Amino acid sequence: MSEVRARHSDVLVIGGGIHGLSTALHLARRGVEVTVLEADYCGRHASGVNAGGVRTLGRHDAEIPLALSSRELWHDLAQMLGDDGGFVPSGQLKLAESAAELDECRQRVNHLQRLGFTHEVLIDAQQVFEIIPTVARHVVGGIWVKDDGYAIPYKTVTSFRLAAEKNGVKVHETTPAQRIEQRGSEWQVTTPAGVFSAGHLVITAGAWARELAEQVGESVPAHPEGLMLMVTHRVAPFCAPVLGATGRSLSFKQFANGTVVIGGKLIGSVDFPARHGEVDLARLGISARTVTDLFPHLKHLGVNRVWAGVEAFTADDLPVIGASRKASHLSYSFGFCGSGFQMGPGTGKRLAQQILGEHSDISLEAFDIGRFDTARCDEAPSPGSHIPINVPSVAR
Amino acid sequence: MNDHFGGVVEAVDVVVVGAGAAGMAGAVALAGLGLQVVLLDEQGSPGGQIYRGITLAPLSRRDLLGAEYAHGNVLAQALASSSVRYEKGAAVWQVTRDHQVSYLRDGRLRTLQAKAVLLATGAMERPFPIPGWTLPGVMSAGAAQILLKSAGLAPTEPVVLAGCGPLLYLLGWQYLRAGVPIKALVDTTRPEDYWRARRHLFAALRAWPYLRKGLELMRSLRSARIPHHTGAEQLAIEGEEAATALTFTVAGKAHRIAARCVLLHQGVVPNIQFSQSLRARHVWDVDQLCFSPVVDPWSELDVPGMFVAGDGAGIGGAQAAALQGELAALGIAQRLGRVNAGQRDERAGPLREQLALNLRIRPFLDALYQPKEANRIPADEVIVCRCEEVTAGDLRTFVALGCAGPNQAKSFGRCGMGPCQGRMCGLTVTEVIAKARGVSAAEVGYYRIRPPIKPITLGELAGE
Repeated sequence: MSEVRARHSDVLVIGGGIHGLSTALHLARRGVEVTVLEADYCGRHASGVNAGGVRTLGRHDAEIPLALSSRELWHDLAQMLGDDGGFVPSGQLKLAESAAELDECRQRVNHLQRLGFTHEVLIDAQQVFEIIPTVARHVVGGIWVKDDGYAIPYKTVTSFRLAAEKNGVKVHETTPAQRIEQRGSEWQVTTPAGVFSAGHLVITAGAWARELAEQVGESVPAHPEGLMLMVTHRVAPFCAPVLGATGRSLSFKQFANGTVVIGGKLIGSVDFPARHGEVDLARLGISARTVTDLFPHLKHLGVNRVWAGVEAFTADDLPVIGASRKASHLSYSFGFCGSGFQMGPGTGKRLAQQILGEHSDISLEAFDIGRFDTARCDEAPSPGSHIPINVPSVAR
Repeated sequence: MNDHFGGVVEAVDVVVVGAGAAGMAGAVALAGLGLQVVLLDEQGSPGGQIYRGITLAPLSRRDLLGAEYAHGNVLAQALASSSVRYEKGAAVWQVTRDHQVSYLRDGRLRTLQAKAVLLATGAMERPFPIPGWTLPGVMSAGAAQILLKSAGLAPTEPVVLAGCGPLLYLLGWQYLRAGVPIKALVDTTRPEDYWRARRHLFAALRAWPYLRKGLELMRSLRSARIPHHTGAEQLAIEGEEAATALTFTVAGKAHRIAARCVLLHQGVVPNIQFSQSLRARHVWDVDQLCFSPVVDPWSELDVPGMFVAGDGAGIGGAQAAALQGELAALGIAQRLGRVNAGQRDERAGPLREQLALNLRIRPFLDALYQPKEANRIPADEVIVCRCEEVTAGDLRTFVALGCAGPNQAKSFGRCGMGPCQGRMCGLTVTEVIAKARGVSAAEVGYYRIRPPIKPITLGELAGE
């Protein structure tokens, strides 16, 4: 195979996180030739260093159908990838610490039921104590989602990578995309390792996606943030499900090995040029206080490590998923605002379907990149992905 | 100004972290240059590792440990009579690139905002991953020496000393004086190492006091008729529940020495936890086989205002460390406008001469006592990360799955993610992966170090 041929594929994916690899895997399983370009190593940032929550609980209305479809895939992950990514269907519980908070939970559950969603269930204090006997007694109830859970992020990303590679996907790590350009019917991506080309381009570069979109004149109000987490030393099992709180920022889980991971969209700072998330102690202190309030016995538990991963946040807290409004044969999936890990399996599948021109009942309308373009007129060209790429006949 | 927890951040000129040779000398010099200095140290008394417990040790113990150790008292006395604010029992758990130093003392978090920070966190022992090295009864020679220095504690039953390097022989000498029975000295140094080191001998001869001291140590061990096996290979500790023997070969011949206490040592390496957490540039030192931070002639990192002096910037020993501390102090004083460049350079002249003299023996020692590859890059079944029980074989499996460096190894199999946060296994992990990938250690890199550098609890972090 010549050098040029080796650098050409049907689809090029920029970004080897869970979204890029999931999209690549779903395309490859349909016989599409896919190449993934990753700037660092796969799962280096948000996908690999997040808290691992597999959470449909508390989602924005628009995300729920996609999140629920993704959850089905999580439960079948072992079958799909040959590895479960450490997924544990432990359930997720959002605690209410006052009557007002419980009322807020009740209103949310009622609202979801009106929309036809029944996955979030309101529970009382007694039910909470049955699920977590060790929690502080001031808790008055909460919302319970029994089919949610958690996974081990990097393990999951690696499983997606290995499954994708098994299906023929070529993954190039330490190969950052510097310039993207559409020439005729071909996308060309310039990297330090040379130019890669493909008929279709997918941008799943998380915090780095915005500047790539800008290269095709597509502006997205998104900014990078360093999301912080901490992990403790090991402690005897005391909490099976993943916990959140209604009135304060918390995401909390104990892994099987006894360590406790504490997060909950805690914003640190980010040194974007250095691709580095930095921790902010004030926010961590608040988070530690939440944990010791809910579990006083953890006061003496040692913090082993704190860290921050870099993730893209959009102006409306919703991701960008779907076809470009400016260029043909260009798709996006980024800006998950710290909630993208759970969405990875389902979003990759859904985006692959869109790229292949296949039908799905799950609408991506709320995630359309065009929503930010206030100057957009109705004559704007139809999304490029409505023209399906040519799938090699062998795949049919 | 408020700190991250709403408390008051105290502004000071310079914070020095670590009260060993470099830290004490640096802090005293800084104070002498008119700067307001806070010296933070984790221990209950100054001294660091080399001079550990120097102000508390009874005279008899000082005498037992030797004149070199007693020299630490000169530094400790200078510290005591200086204007340096020395805070003992201060565990520094975070230093930021903008010179904030957060530490834990008496269960309270405190933060200092400095204009410059001098990191003098010294060295740590190189891991010695051989079969059985994690068994009870096996300890590092450095740890054994800490017990001797701080508590006067020594093994009551015969010990075997194994490995190479000045500290190992020094401990042997100290044990002899303390009446600890030594069963054998199992030396991994081979005749060809002397051959390899000989080209540095001329320079080393000019550092004669060091060399003489080394020769004296070896002579006293010999005259005490301690069995000395040189050129030992294939070292392994036997035992099920605890160590029962050390086995090894010399020139192909198998040896077995029954022992329930085996002390291992193969040199020390810079403690780079802070400089790594600051994301300063580090390089792989091909002579000392370790990562060292890149510093300028005044010990400044590529992070402005952050300085590293002493063994933390490359192994040079206690006397060199003290000189480096003084030189860094001059660099900092110039930075903060206390002296001009001319004054700084003039005062630095004699210090640099002494430093050069002190470092002359280094290439000889580095060449002679370079740890053997077999004792750094172990066989598959040997545990590398003892916190999470990850073996060298596990690491090689990770590499086959696409693991390119230590940070991915953490994610593949929790390697380096236990309570020690990779301090014990970092170098081994780097070298095992480098060898398996067929690339240099420099290319593989090191763990990303994140706070807390020292343990802190949720309650302390919550400000309770």
